[in-house]
Amino acid sequence: MKVNVGKKILSANEEYAFRNSQFLTERKKLCLNMISSPGSGKTTILARTISELKGKIKIGVIEGDIQTDIDAERIRATEAPVVQINTNGACHLSAAQVSRALETLPVGDLDLIFIENVGNLVCPSAFELGETNKIVVLSVAEGDDKPAKYPAIFAKSKVLLINKIDLLEAVGQVDFDIERVKADARKLNRAIEIFLISARTGAGFAEWCGWLAESVRSLQEA
Amino acid sequence: MHEMMVAQSLLAAISAEAAKHNAKPLAARISCGKLYAINDEALCFALEALAKDTRCEGIKLEIEHKPIQAACKSCTEIFECELSPVTCPRCGSDDFSLLPDPPLLLEEIEFLTE
Repeated sequence: MKVNVGKKILSANEEYAFRNSQFLTERKKLCLNMISSPGSGKTTILARTISELKGKIKIGVIEGDIQTDIDAERIRATEAPVVQINTNGACHLSAAQVSRALETLPVGDLDLIFIENVGNLVCPSAFELGETNKIVVLSVAEGDDKPAKYPAIFAKSKVLLINKIDLLEAVGQVDFDIERVKADARKLNRAIEIFLISARTGAGFAEWCGWLAESVRSLQEA
Repeated sequence: MHEMMVAQSLLAAISAEAAKHNAKPLAARISCGKLYAINDEALCFALEALAKDTRCEGIKLEIEHKPIQAACKSCTEIFECELSPVTCPRCGSDDFSLLPDPPLLLEEIEFLTE
């Protein structure tokens, strides 16, 4: 006996994502879901971004990790409000977890909320959290074939941050063709914004932070 | 890696249907958009492991991957594509936006008829 069901399987996640999106849109809060491999420098980028924008834009952070609150501690040192989520083995954040984190963050006082997803280029791209935009981080040591090998996240992201560009000059032994990455990413997503940065030296942060400030301003004035 | 969570939700949905029809499910067919990045082998393995010692033990799973769809920004054509260099089959433009991925759907269950 065959029975037609036609039931959505991840509808619970979609409902939470829809509610998070509504919550953020009503309050005109920019929310960026940051996705990358482990070790690309997400937390260092966030700490530097918070410092550079101190006094101009109020930033809060939702930290996702499989375990430990090492990253949240690093954000706490910048005095920005931070909520840690431990996924206990799961390879991505869910919209329900973000919903609970949004209840804990002082959202009313913030202009911009970063979600630092679990380090993984595949799974987080399939789970909407209700964010305004996704941003993908790629560090030069990971290789320039990543947009071709993990196309979904590059196709879905508003911004590509290419991090650790100081390594290209300092070491000179990293085979990383920036033009290839830019071209491959734009073949998947012509409108993607690309910033070359080093969270260690601060290179490129004027442009990246300028884009953030402008995005917050245009959202708040809309 | 996210297949375990999908398998949990899927097993819950199949079990609920099995209870409703009071029958043992033999096979299920699901569909999802390709951007869900579901690995068939990993999902089947996760479901098999979770279903052990339940009414759903031994259930066969068939997974249909729905193509990615894009809308051309130059001529508004809607077309299926792979995520390698994407060009509109009608006007050749490479300026496009991805349409939302088809949802993960439990389409059909086959039950044992006594």
